[in-house]
Order: sequence, then structure tokens, then C-alpha cells
Amino acid sequence: MSTQSGQPGTIFSPALAARFDKLVTLYPVKRSALVPMLLYAQDEVGYLSDPVIAEVAQRIGITELDVRNVISYYSLLRTKPAGKYNVQVCTNISCMLRGGNEILEHCKKKLGIPNKGVTPDGLFSLEEVECIGACSWAPAAQVNYDFHENLTPEKIDGVLAGYKAANRGTGK
Amino acid sequence: MATISTHPDCVPVVSYRFGKGATAIDKYLELDGYKSARKALELGPDGIIGEMKASNLRGRGGAGFPTGLKWSFVPKQAPRPKYVLVNGDESEPGTCKDRLIFEHDPHSVIEGVIIAGLAIQAKMGFIYLRGEYRYLLKIMEKAVEDAYAKGFLGKNIFGSGIDFDIVTQTGAGAYEVGEESALMESLEGKRGVPRIRPPFPAVVGLYGGPTIINNAETIATVPHIFRIGGAEYAKLGTERNGGTRLFCLSGHLQRPGVYELPMGYNLKRMIYEVGGGIRDGKKLKAVVPGGSSTPVLLPEEIDIGMDFDQVGKAGSMLGSGGVVVLDETVCIVEFALRTMKFYQHESCGWCIPCREGTDWLKKSLTRLHAGGAVDKDIDNIRYLAENMLGRTFCPLGDAAAMPTLGFVKKFRKEFEDHLEGRGCPYHKAREEETALV
Amino acid sequence: MADVTFTVDGKKLTAPAGTLLIEACRTHGIEIPAFCYYPGLSLQAACRMCVVRIEKVPKLQTACTTPVAENMVVTTESPEIAQARKATIELLLGNHPLDCPVCDAGGECELQDMTFKYGAHESKFVEIKQHREEQQWSPVVFFDRPRCILCYRCVRVCGEGMDVWALGIQNRGAGAVIAPNKQDHLECEECGMCIDICPVGALTSGTYRYKTRPWEMNHVGTICTHCGDGCRTTLGVRRGDDGMDIVRGDNRDKSGINGDFLCIKGRYAFDFANREDRLTKPLIRQADGKLAPVNWDQAIEFAGKKLREIRDARGGGAIGVIGSNRTTNEEAYLLQKFARTVLGTNNIDHHRTADYPAFAAALNHSIEPGAGSSGTPALAGKAEASLRDFASAKAILMLGNDPTEQHPGLAWQIRTNVRLNNARLYVANHELIKLRRQATSFLQIREGDYPALIAYLGGDDSALDGNGEAAKLREAIRGEESLLVAFGSEFRGGDVSALVRFGSLLPTVKFACLADYVNSRGAADMGLYPDLLPGYVPVGAAAHFAEEYGSALPAQPGFDLVQMFDAAERGALGALYVVGSNPIARYGVDPAALSNTFLIVQDMFLTETAQLADVVLPAANLYEKAGTVTNAFGDLQMVKKAADKAGVRTDFELIVRLAGALGADPKKLVPFGRRGVQADFGQARGAQSGEVDRHGVWLAAHHLEPKLSPFDPFAILDEIQRLVPAYNVPHFELLAGDDQHLRPGLVRIEDAGSRRDLVLPSNDTLFSSGTLGRYSQMLSSVMEARKPAETAAD
Ligand SMILES: Cc1cc2nc3c(=O)[nH]c(=O)nc-3n(C[C@H](O)[C@H](O)[C@H](O)COP(=O)(O)O)c2cc1C
Ligand code: SF4
Ligand code: SF4
Ligand code: SF4
Ligand code: SF4
Ligand code: FES
Ligand code: FES
Repeated sequence: MSTQSGQPGTIFSPALAARFDKLVTLYPVKRSALVPMLLYAQDEVGYLSDPVIAEVAQRIGITELDVRNVISYYSLLRTKPAGKYNVQVCTNISCMLRGGNEILEHCKKKLGIPNKGVTPDGLFSLEEVECIGACSWAPAAQVNYDFHENLTPEKIDGVLAGYKAANRGTGK
Repeated sequence: MATISTHPDCVPVVSYRFGKGATAIDKYLELDGYKSARKALELGPDGIIGEMKASNLRGRGGAGFPTGLKWSFVPKQAPRPKYVLVNGDESEPGTCKDRLIFEHDPHSVIEGVIIAGLAIQAKMGFIYLRGEYRYLLKIMEKAVEDAYAKGFLGKNIFGSGIDFDIVTQTGAGAYEVGEESALMESLEGKRGVPRIRPPFPAVVGLYGGPTIINNAETIATVPHIFRIGGAEYAKLGTERNGGTRLFCLSGHLQRPGVYELPMGYNLKRMIYEVGGGIRDGKKLKAVVPGGSSTPVLLPEEIDIGMDFDQVGKAGSMLGSGGVVVLDETVCIVEFALRTMKFYQHESCGWCIPCREGTDWLKKSLTRLHAGGAVDKDIDNIRYLAENMLGRTFCPLGDAAAMPTLGFVKKFRKEFEDHLEGRGCPYHKAREEETALV
Repeated sequence: MADVTFTVDGKKLTAPAGTLLIEACRTHGIEIPAFCYYPGLSLQAACRMCVVRIEKVPKLQTACTTPVAENMVVTTESPEIAQARKATIELLLGNHPLDCPVCDAGGECELQDMTFKYGAHESKFVEIKQHREEQQWSPVVFFDRPRCILCYRCVRVCGEGMDVWALGIQNRGAGAVIAPNKQDHLECEECGMCIDICPVGALTSGTYRYKTRPWEMNHVGTICTHCGDGCRTTLGVRRGDDGMDIVRGDNRDKSGINGDFLCIKGRYAFDFANREDRLTKPLIRQADGKLAPVNWDQAIEFAGKKLREIRDARGGGAIGVIGSNRTTNEEAYLLQKFARTVLGTNNIDHHRTADYPAFAAALNHSIEPGAGSSGTPALAGKAEASLRDFASAKAILMLGNDPTEQHPGLAWQIRTNVRLNNARLYVANHELIKLRRQATSFLQIREGDYPALIAYLGGDDSALDGNGEAAKLREAIRGEESLLVAFGSEFRGGDVSALVRFGSLLPTVKFACLADYVNSRGAADMGLYPDLLPGYVPVGAAAHFAEEYGSALPAQPGFDLVQMFDAAERGALGALYVVGSNPIARYGVDPAALSNTFLIVQDMFLTETAQLADVVLPAANLYEKAGTVTNAFGDLQMVKKAADKAGVRTDFELIVRLAGALGADPKKLVPFGRRGVQADFGQARGAQSGEVDRHGVWLAAHHLEPKLSPFDPFAILDEIQRLVPAYNVPHFELLAGDDQHLRPGLVRIEDAGSRRDLVLPSNDTLFSSGTLGRYSQMLSSVMEARKPAETAAD
């Protein structure tokens, strides 16, 4: 397998492969690019599949075991697919005080899935998460990387509906 | 998106440019941007550190270590390159201030890194954001690009003959990576497990080189110190606690929000004046003054100045500046449980007392909250926490043990109310909790 | 470094500055408990068991990460410290299955010991324990997750120690878990180091699992029977149905030349001994052409009679003898003595895997000024390196060979030396061998270029074409104050002398000539050659041997191994006696060649060679006998009898009995009682010394005194020590189990013009071991498990 983009063998898009080629040169050691690389690969592929792990390991020059050791440490990295919109509801202290648990329960009902579940159409997944840095605007949730704050059940309904509509907009 | 809140008592120093469009480099320059870096260039390393010491700035990451002193520990000569590292991992529950800085004034972080780099003669800086802050990475990347374009970064910065580079990146979801040595591991592409100290980062840090690591707010404050002068900055706060800081008020307040207030500002006033008091006319039950790691304060203990020394004297810590306010409807056991769930989830697992201790505390508290505990369980919870304290590899273990001890000691009665099948007097336990009983 | 003085538990101690407190205390007999600390591996500070109180420091400190400092005042045991340790153990036990009664580590578990010591057995915690099924990761390695205390020793020994990096840590917090490199299984060197180092029973071995408890075994320290490194292995034996069975191999006694190390073979490949298809009855070929079991007397009588007839009718020259790489020195020596004095033949050889005669001659020239035809100057201090030397040498040059596969013990010592002492390793090889990863510089050359390389290193610039790497290597080597040079079987004959001559340019140099099997070196030293007597004395210069033996020896060199088969094919070899060797398979001999030769084979299994035999004598293996072996480096070590198998005899006993059947006087063959022999009164016999009784009858029948047994190898060792001065090492240390490096001056011969083609490297890998290896279930299953993966990788 080749490590250079533009050459056959990469499973990533040319743009991402090019980005990776650059990424490994930014740091004093190649391996520093590992965590960002995994995040970007996950953004593109949806999760860290075996081929993703193999290619990343090869690009950095470490073992797949090493890559898996790192992946399994970080909660944002996943080796199984999530929904297209991953709804992450904070229930940590500041959010809990202002109804975070209720938001989570509401989402479970609304989406018909448990914590860590994925809707059958693959559109949404739900996750209870730790503090996301929105405590003063609690309760809060993130959908993928977007923040939604000062939530109420009604508000989260709107948020979910928004994504659903956006998805329809993409024609998928 | 997220915005700073204001109150007449606020003193905007770090937040001076918030909401003024300073993400654009030209706007930043218009608002005295990058003047401090030029000033620092003139002062040279010793001058910079002198000014920092004069400011009495103490680290905003949690421990409150005097920043100028920290910088002075970096050896002048070193066999390996030196680095500046910005800790933007902000993950302590109750804390959401660094986010505002990155969002509203990214160049202040860059300028702070440059000044820190000049102070220790480093050639490279890293800005590490928590993985959840991806939208901020975009803002930071743009700001860094603009700074390169203007010649403030890269080769020969400000025409000084000095080179300086900045790399920005995010983590991928791990509270422990906020711990400085774990952050370095993460930045080196590894699991976020802390390192053995000594050696301390100032001597052997990132890539084995001497490294300054500071919280994002600490770094963002640096250019302001040079803007208004170290001594002037110091005067804004209290003795040994210079300046202002961003306090994150959350929980059952009328007006939660992030406010910039002078160091030493009275906590009671912060809650009742700045935060507008308890919402819905409820009574105050407890305050967690500095993020989830800090021991709880009772209503009668909050008439104190919010600086590192005074809160310490009151038996808690100023921590990360996250003030979490609990009203009378809160079940302390549930609150303690939620806190412990967090530490159990975030323990890196490296050392036995923290890995096993947080897990057992979580299990015991869960059972207690659901009514499945007996009298001796409360003592066991306390025993466990006491035996974690001071025995773990990094402070996360303490951060889990300290609040727990505080809750058990100060709310023992409420723990007892849960015993012998009575369960939570406030609300029903969650389903998965009762399943454990 | 300068010494510092500090106080521990009221005692004033000194240690070099920088020493870790835990080590300084251990040196002074103060044991600080530790799970994660392991000498020589990186520091973790993870288990928190080693906490101590240091005056003026607010928190308890970990002794495993704290260097001693001047005037430091330390307390290692106090109620506060005991409480901290107790709590740590309580926490561990919170989720630890209390299945000590069935756990393999029960009885030798560090957690169990600590629980006992700190009184933490009363569990405070009532939460439900997580149960998880045990997992098999490889033929060797099993993992029982709930027992794991996450000390990370396994991860480090595999990575830092083995340079395999097959184990990792996954997840975090309470979910943290040790993980194998292929998600649900391991692909690794199967060394079992991780199992050995595991302080609890979380990692267990496929061979030993649930077989027995440690206290039900006898433990016998002996020498691994496989490669030429001669690692010390401790065999756990237990009484079985037909003798003593080996149930476990490990390295509990870390004082051997292998230090902490054992590879899969030394640790697990003892299982051939317990195989069902092992020969336990002598066989004689019947009129119908089939081999059928007979009793011992019949077999020995028959074989002896046939040999006598052939000798008497056709002379000793019509008989050939092939010795073994895996018998003891005493057996090899006895075999040549038997061949020369009883059969009257020099037709004796063995499967050579290195050119020791050439090496001996080359070293000899370098010791005696001007002795060589080349007129090399005197080379004081040019000698042979012990395996131990590789653990401490400042610089090592590795030429040819692939130690990771062929000399795993050597590879370990080199890696450890590089890692812990920053030794410089220079490697030149025609393959990208793994050890290059530890090398300061690595030079790849063509397979045939080793002689050219030596010429180049010696200063002949034209020998290797303009290669910057080679120049660097030469410069670096010449800059070394002292150097160890290890070379593989790529070097033979003149290459060896050229290499040793090159060494004369360097200030201090020692050599190691690598051969493949446990006693390949001993077979060579003991004269299993048609032209050389023990100690490489030419057959034509046998005077002192004749004097000692009390009979004349044949003076003309006999047939070498290849010539023997040629002679057989011509009909010129009436009989062939093969001891512990499988030449038919190893040399690809056409079975038809032996159709007119009376063949006696002594072996454990019906090998390709044994299948052709007229008489098959079931032999004991190295784990079932006492004696000495010499590793490739000239380290002489004692093997102790560990196991026992009903029905088999040691090669030593078989040779003596065969001699008896030929009418020879056993007293002459084994000179016990002579010159104040230091007979073995049981020291060497290991766990059980039943032989004395078993042979009592035989001894009485021959009017021999039971205590001075003709089966006592130590009587022969005495004779070896008289005739081969290099072997005259202190007897007592040897018996005590210490390895003794041979004395210099082994060699007294001129370069006898060695035959390159007679050296046949075994090309064993980590998972093979000649013919013997094929009978190890463990080795076969590893090979089997690896097969699909390897084809897939192509
Ligand atoms: C478990 C743990 C988590 C931490 N998380 C953060 C964090 O998210 N952000 C931060 O700035 N400091 C965090 N710290 C503190 C850092 O280790 C370090 O003290 C700080 O970055 C130093 O910067 P300062 O001197 O400017 O405060 C954490 C410490 C611990 C023990
Ligand atoms: S206290 Fe130990 S287990 Fe907990 S986060 Fe720190 S190093 Fe990891
Ligand atoms: S058996 Fe050896 S190579 Fe395999 S995992 Fe264990 S230590 Fe590593
Ligand atoms: S398996 Fe054994 S050696 Fe490895 S971490 Fe667990 S307890 Fe330690
Ligand atoms: S290295 Fe050689 S002697 Fe040592 S255990 Fe392995 S096979 Fe046996
Ligand atoms: S507690 Fe929910 S965002 Fe901080
Ligand atoms: S031995 Fe020191 S912490 Fe484990």
C-alpha cells in the first residue's frame, strides 16, 4: 500500500489523503498526527473501520494494535458506525440541575432508541455524554459537532426536526 | 454562539474584545492587538518574566500556580527544543470559559503563545482544544493562518529575526487529557496517561523538551497584562491573586452565565447579585465553587472572596472557576453520584486507587441512591474516598475523592435518609440504577 | 556515580546516586512490595503498592520512582503505609475473582501474598463482580481478564524486552484491559515471557493450565535441550503413570546465563517427552521385515553380537558411528571412546552446524605466537566470549546468523544490553534480520560477501564496492576499545581464521562461533569427528589418550558422515550405530543406501532413520539424565535429571551396555574409582534417584559396587577433565549449577583443513528444533496457527 495520495491504495478521498500527507509533516514526530488523523478519517468514513485503522497505522508507521490502543482511549472515536446525526446529550452536573436527564429521556422516547442506540434508518444515534463545556447555558447537547444550548423538550424537538429536514434537503 | 454575560461589577480584561468582531485580525489589530507581542520582543526573556511575576497572575486551569514563576523554571539552555503548550481541553464539569476566548478572541491566545515563546526562547507552540470544540478549531486555524499572513508567525516574526510556529489541533474526548502531562502524551499521539513527575514539564515536557503549559485563559490573559501593565493588572485582584478571571455560573441561578469578575470577588454576591439569586424563589442548598472537583460549600460558608487562598481557607478550592449552584430540590446523593459517574468514566485507568476506587464509589453510590445500601456502606464510601486521596498517580483521583468526602461529611444525614430500601426522597432513581440493587 | 547516604527505617544506608529507592532497599534486604515495578523495565508508578513515607514530603511517595538522595529519611513500614497498601489490595480484590483454589498462580501469586501480608482478605465491598470468560489468545497464551491487576509488566516485557510489542492496553478507567495484537488473538514469538512475569494468574500457559498446583510439583533446574544458547530452565515435574512427567517449564531461577529469558522452546517444548508415540520398548527387525518389541537383554545382546561379528570379520573400519547434538558431553565422549577403543574405528561424526575445528584452530593460532602458517602476531586477550559477556559488553559485532530466530537467548541478552546499558551493536547480514532494530549501524551485504566484508574491515578497500555504510561500520568498529564478535555458520574454514586474524587489529576482542543445538559444541569438543579426538587432538597424535585408555587407538582418520553413507552404498559399511541423530532426514540420504548395513538406532521416536533400523533402542532425553553440556559459547553447564520415563535408558547406559555385550570391560570404559574419582552420589540426579535401585541387580551381576556405578557420568567427566584441559573447570561450582566458561587453550591443533560442505546449518526458527521439534505438540500447534495468516500476508 502506498502512503502518498494520488497513488492507488488509499481508502480516503484525495482531499483527505492530501491533508494527511501534510498533517504528518507538521509535528516534530509523525505520531503526533495520529489523533487528528483518526478524527478526520472518522468524519469522512463515519467510523474507524478495520481498513481505516490499517491505513492510518501504515501512514504513521506504528502497529494497528497501537492505533487501537489509542482509539479505545478516546470517547469521541468509535469503531462502529453511529447515526448520521449523533445526538449527544449532556447530563453532567450543571445540565442535570437544569433538566439534562429529562432531555435525554425525551430524546430516547422521541427517537425510539436507548442510550448508544441508532435509529433503524441510520439517521440518528443517541448518546449520554459528559460535560461538553456549555454549563452556563445548560442543559445542552451536541449533534455531531454543533452545540444546542438552553434546551427544553420542545426546543430539542425542533433541533431534531431541523436535522431531519436538512437530511431530506440533501436528497438522501 | 456562546456569549459572555455582563453585570455592572464585571471588569472586562480578558473579555475586553469579546463581541467586537476581534476574530478578524484587522479588528484585533485595531483593538491594540499584537502590540503586546512587540512590547515583549523589546523586553526580552527576563523582562517578560519580570512583568509576569509582577502581575500576580495565577494559572486559570485549576491549581492556581503563579504563571511568572512557572515560566522562570524553564532552563535557559536545553539539549532539546522548547515548546509552549496551550491547554484548551476545558472539560471540568461546570467550566465553559475557554470556549468563549477561542470563539471571541482567538488572536489573544496566539499573541499569548508568542509572548510565552519569547519568554523561554521556544520556536514552536501548540494549541490543543478539546475534541468537542471542533467549531473552535476552525476559528483558531483561520486566526493562525491570518497571523502567518501578517508575518506574526512563521519565519522572522515581526521582523525580529526570530522564528515561531503554531500548530492547532483537537483532542478526541477525554477529561484526563486536560492534565498537563497526559495532554503531552495525547499530543504525541498516545493514550492520555499522565507521566511520572519529576521531571516536570518545565524541564522535560513535550517531545522531551522544556515546555510551558498553561490554561487557555492564562495564556489569553498574557497580552492583556502587557497591554495594561503587570502591576496594574495585579491591582485588579487581591493579594497574591492578581487580576480578573472568567467565572462560569451555572445551576439553579436566575442568570447563569460566564462573567469576568475581579479575583477575590465575594461568592455570596456572585450568586445573589451577579447571578440573580436562586431561580423560582427556591432556597440555596449548596455551592460547588470551582468545578466538579472542588468540595461543596454550605450556604453559611459562602461569604468569602473568590481567590485561591480564601476559598482554600474555607476548605474548598477556586479550581477552574466553575461555580455550580444547587437549590433545595437537589438530592445530594444523586449529585454525588453524577459527579462520581463522571470521574469513573474519565479515569484513565492507569493506577489502582483511582481506577478501582472510582468504579466502586460509583457502584456504591448508585446502590445507595436506589435504596439498596446499609449503614456501613456510607462508612465504606468515606473509607474508599479517604484511601484514594493523595494516593493516586495524578490529581484526578483526588478530584474524585475530595468532593465525595465533602458530600458525605456535610450531608451525612441525607445519605442516611436513603438507607434500607427507602431510596431517594427527592426523585426516583434511574432505571439502570434500580437494576443494580 | 558518587554514593549518597540516607536512612531507611532507622538504618543508615549508602547507594550510588540515582539508584531507585526500591532497588537500594532491596540491596540492603528491605523488601518493598511492588506489582508494577520490575527491574530493567520502564517505570510505571501505577500500582501504588510501593508507597513509603519520606520526611518533609507531604504525600506518600512511590519508592519505585524515587531516586535516593543525600540525607533522605525514609520509613517503609508504618500503620499509615500498611493502611495505604491494604486499601489498594482491597480495591483490587473488589473485582478480583477469589478463585485462588483453582488458579494456576495459586501458591505463587503476588496478590495472594500481599493480601495475606496486609490482612485485606475481608472484602468491604459487596458489589457484584464482573465475570468474563477466559480467552485463548494463542497456543501458548491464555488470558483471564478479571484476574488482571493491570501492572503492565506483560506489555513491557513483550515490547521493551522482546521487541515484539504484541500486547497493548485498551479502553480506559475500569474498562481498561490488556489486549492482544490481532484483536482476539496473538501473533507473536510465543515466548511466554508475559506469562512468566505476570504477578497473578491472569496470563497462563496452554501447557500448564489447570494441570497441577505449584506445591504438587518438584522443581528441577536444568538446561534447555533445544538451541545452542543453553538457557537454564526449571522443569516442574509430577509423578505420572509411568515415571515423572514434566508439567511445566519456567524460569523461576533467574540466575542462569539467560537471565530473565526463555523462549517458547525452553519454556514449553518439553512436551515431546510425554508423547504417546514415544518408544518405550526396544525393537528388533523380524524375519517378516517388521520391527517388533523385544526385551532389553535380547536387544542389547543381539546388537552387540552383530557388531562383534562385523568388527571381528571385517575390522573396525567397516563400522560407522554417528553421534548426537543433544546428548551430554559425557555421552558424546563415551561414544567416541567406545567407537575408538571397542569398535576400533575412527568412522565417527555428527551433524555439524558450525565449523568448530576451524574456530579452534584460528583461536589457537592467535594464542600461540607464530603458530599459524600465516605467522600472525600474538593476540593476547583474543578469546572466546561467554553468553554472559553479551549482557554487559560495550560493543558487539554480529556477523551473519539471525539470533532472534536461531539464538533467542543471545538475541535477548543483546537487546537487553542495548536497552539498559546503551551498548553499541553493529550488524552485518544478508537478510534484514530483526536484531537490526537494536543496531547502532546495520549493513546489508550479499550472501556470499562475508569473506569480502572481513577483508574490507581488515583494510582492503577493494573488497567491497564503495559503500558508505560499510566505511562507517569499519570506522566505528575500529574505534571500539573492546568488541565481542559473534558469527554464524556463514563463516567456515578460512573465513573463520580470516575473521579471527582481523580481530588482531583491535585492542580487545572476543569471539563466539554460533552452532545450532544444545550440545553441538560439546559434540565437537568431545571428538565426534573422524579425524579429531576430544579437544580437537588429531587422531594421529593420540599418545596421552592411548595411555589413559590403556589401549591403542586407530591412527588413520575415518569416514566423515557423508563418506559413511557413500561407503554404505558401496557395501563397505557393515554396521552403523546412530545415537540421537536423524541423518536420513537431515542429510536427505536415500534409504536404499543402507540396505546392506546393519543399523542400530538409539532414539526417542521412530524417526526416518529409526524406521530403517535393525535394532531400535529407546533412549532418554536430556531432561531425563544428568551430565554436562556446552553451549555454543563454550559455557559448560550441568544438566540435572528432572523427568523419568519407564522403559527408556540413557544413551550413556546404552553405550556401556552395548560395550558390555561386545565383551568390553565396563571398568575400562568408565574409569570409576580410578585416580580418586569424584563419583556422583546423587547430587546430579535431580528429583529422584531411582536408578541406583533399578540398576542394583545389573551391578551385582557384574560384581560392581553399587556406589561406583558405571552409569555415572561424573566418572567420565573426571576423565574428560584430565584429557581436555579446557574442561578442567572447578567441579564444585559446576555441580552447584553455576555455568563455567571453558578455559582457554582448548585447542592444540593446526588448522586441519576443514570441510565447508560438512557444516549443515539447521535453519531452525523460533518454532522449530530439528527432528525433535517435530515431536513437540506445542511447537506444531504454533506453526499450524500461523500458517493461514502467513499465506494471507503474501
Ligand atoms: C484531571 C485533570 C484535568 C485537568 N483538566 C484541565 C483542563 O481541562 N484545562 C486546563 O487548563 N487545565 C486542566 N488541568 C490542569 C492542568 O494539569 C495544568 O495544571 C494546567 O493546564 C496548567 O495551566 P495553568 O497554570 O495556566 O493553570 C487538569 C488537571 C487535572 C489533574
Ligand atoms: S489518578 Fe490514576 S487512574 Fe486516575 S486519571 Fe490519574 S493516573 Fe489515571
Ligand atoms: S508470548 Fe512473548 S511475544 Fe507473545 S505476547 Fe507474550 S511476551 Fe509477547
Ligand atoms: S496480565 Fe498479568 S502482567 Fe499483564 S497487566 Fe495483567 S496482571 Fe499484569
Ligand atoms: S533460547 Fe535456546 S536455549 Fe534458550 S530457551 Fe530458547 S531454545 Fe532453549
Ligand atoms: S455540565 Fe453539561 S455542559 Fe457542562
Ligand atoms: S511498584 Fe511503585 S507504583 Fe507499582
